[in-house]
Amino acid sequence: MPSVAFTQNLQRHVACPPCRVAGATVQESLEAAFALYPQARGYVLDEHGSLRFHMAIYVDGVPILDRHGLSDPVTEAGEIFVMQALSGG
Amino acid sequence: MSDHLLLSTRKGLFSARRRGAGAWALEAVSFLGDNVSLTLVDPRDGAWYAALDHGHFGAKLHRSRDRGATWQEIGVPAYPTPPEGHVGKDFLGREIPWRLMRFWSLAPGLTSQPGLLWAGTLPGGLFWSEDCGDTWQMVKSLWEMPERRKWAGGGAEAPGIHSICVDPRNGNRVAVAISSGGVWITEDRGQTWAAFTRGMRADYAPPELVEAPESQDPHRMVQCPGAPDTWWIQHHNGIFRSTDDARTWTEIVDVKPSVFGFPVVVHPKEPETAWFIPAIKDEKRIPAEGRVVVNRTRDGGRTFETLHRGLPQGWAYDLVYRHALDLDARGQRLAFGSTTGSVWISENQGDDWLTLAEHLPPVHAVSFA
Repeated sequence: MPSVAFTQNLQRHVACPPCRVAGATVQESLEAAFALYPQARGYVLDEHGSLRFHMAIYVDGVPILDRHGLSDPVTEAGEIFVMQALSGG
Repeated sequence: MSDHLLLSTRKGLFSARRRGAGAWALEAVSFLGDNVSLTLVDPRDGAWYAALDHGHFGAKLHRSRDRGATWQEIGVPAYPTPPEGHVGKDFLGREIPWRLMRFWSLAPGLTSQPGLLWAGTLPGGLFWSEDCGDTWQMVKSLWEMPERRKWAGGGAEAPGIHSICVDPRNGNRVAVAISSGGVWITEDRGQTWAAFTRGMRADYAPPELVEAPESQDPHRMVQCPGAPDTWWIQHHNGIFRSTDDARTWTEIVDVKPSVFGFPVVVHPKEPETAWFIPAIKDEKRIPAEGRVVVNRTRDGGRTFETLHRGLPQGWAYDLVYRHALDLDARGQRLAFGSTTGSVWISENQGDDWLTLAEHLPPVHAVSFA
């Protein structure tokens, strides 16, 4: 099962520790993670289900390509990391 | 009179309390480090609402039923999905996103409408909630109005609804003011809308658009609760007043040191009494001569007093945002906060001011509670 980890900066607002979920895509995996942490959804995705503008998701160290449909594939041992797209100093 | 003051700042929601005559002190902070864009104190049930703008994580809304001791995150408005092939751009060619960017106004319904809240947002959305903010629905008639596409970003990167006036005589009559996009009023709780900008002018617009409703950039609009035919607007290029229930507006001219500014408040029972905070227009946006002053009229704008006792009168460059001046429900106490983290309070309608704070984060909004 893929793992999903959320940036530590999000934990201040919503408790969402790392979890293992079922999913073959980023979208499926996040849906499963949001079932555990429903409040986290609005912090990561906008009202249309797209990744928020200043957020980023990496799968096994590679940024995802589909920021709207979140259709990037995830392997059984994949590691999904949800983070802020930091910029500036 | 209100003995409690809420200060929405770039780095938290600070509260202050009156300890005695002329003695106010900061006493608590909520959401320390977070960007609090706005606060609403609901006079019907005492609930407090705090709008947060987390940037990366989006806009959120929290409610407290114990005067800030604890907060609960509640629902936020959602924009509809754009129709297939939709293209919506502003006059600069920038795409107007169909998603919640920021809360820019919150207003309660009337006492006869318990639980009803209104929210104005960027970009140009109006929403209502019938359950104290737990769930929201968009007023689609305004969003789908063709003229809405002519609204432009004025005070922010997208057009925004910053003022919502629920008519105290009729809770289905609601007025909104937009930077920049004029003044629009519904008589039927959001089913239909009409522009109410007659008499306003936009001296920054192309000549043929000077009087167009969508060109008008009201910075802040208020309706006198006790005399609701009287309205005041601090507009981008002047001060306007209406005494016929917003049907026509009259420009107030020759106001010293400036007619430019952002906030306005009106006395709850004396419609001819209003307060403004002038600044040098608009390319500078600083107090004239480095002096922080408040303008007060008691005669409907025929004359103004420039109030300054207790305010810094040199080397002061505090700018006051549109929601950062408040008047208490009795019309006696005033407070305002600035972009440089100063907060001043008056207990005598602005004649004298005391300094509450000088080193807070930039102040977005001030509310008596």
